[in-house]
Amino acid sequence: MNISIQREANGENLFLVAVEGEIDVFTAPELKQGLLPLTEIIGSKLTLDLNETKYMDSTALGVIVAALKSASKHQCQFVVTGLTPRIKRLFEITGLMDILKREQTNGGNADD
Amino acid sequence: MTETNDVIRLTIPAKPEFVSIARLASSGAASRMGYSFDAIEDIKVAVSEACTNAVSHGYKQMGNGQIGIVMECGSGAMTITVTHNGESFDASRVLQELKPLDPSTDLDEVSEGGLGLFLINALMDHVTISTEYGVAVQMIKFLNRDGVGHIVDKVSTTE
Repeated sequence: MNISIQREANGENLFLVAVEGEIDVFTAPELKQGLLPLTEIIGSKLTLDLNETKYMDSTALGVIVAALKSASKHQCQFVVTGLTPRIKRLFEITGLMDILKREQTNGGNADD
Repeated sequence: MTETNDVIRLTIPAKPEFVSIARLASSGAASRMGYSFDAIEDIKVAVSEACTNAVSHGYKQMGNGQIGIVMECGSGAMTITVTHNGESFDASRVLQELKPLDPSTDLDEVSEGGLGLFLINALMDHVTISTEYGVAVQMIKFLNRDGVGHIVDKVSTTE
């Protein structure tokens, strides 16, 4: 798994985190370490791009739930984007999709 | 015609970095058997979840356990059994409580874990959990059948 974290050049707290490869029990802790501190920046806007994520399981879903919680606590706008049909299916089966959609009203959302 | 299952056996250390090996092996076997792309992905997730549970719950303290993965490739189905001798659990209680995330609960109350067995059950056609010696999760995926079935009444336990 490769994580790239980009910050918008204009100096605002806009972050794009792109995950390439596989998120599982081995790599999920690294994603959590990269993602959580960004959700703790008050008023930041954070986008998690999963377009290049080839595999994920419940360990990744747990990280996303943790990030959602932290973002909501710190008024961070957390968006998950680039859902492949596979990942979308996991989101739907587990109910995470509904939670992401619900959090839209609080600032975060899920895009295709 | 008598059916002889081809059997693949794999033992991996119960450590996070080896779970991908089980995933690779199961995806290779499933692909060899002619499963669809989606079914292969379902099998990969289910095998990973079973191994993740073994790593996280089974060997929390010990750190030197092994996970056994047996893949039986039959003519119409693949049966995968993931076993470990770590800490056991009350399978019937856990299975009764399997549920997806509830969008009506407060975000703070949403659990960050516990979806592993739920996913196994949702993605495979038949799941049996035995907790007699350690934990054995047996999962069956039929060929030519839609991956997501009804969740109710699909799991059984033997204790």
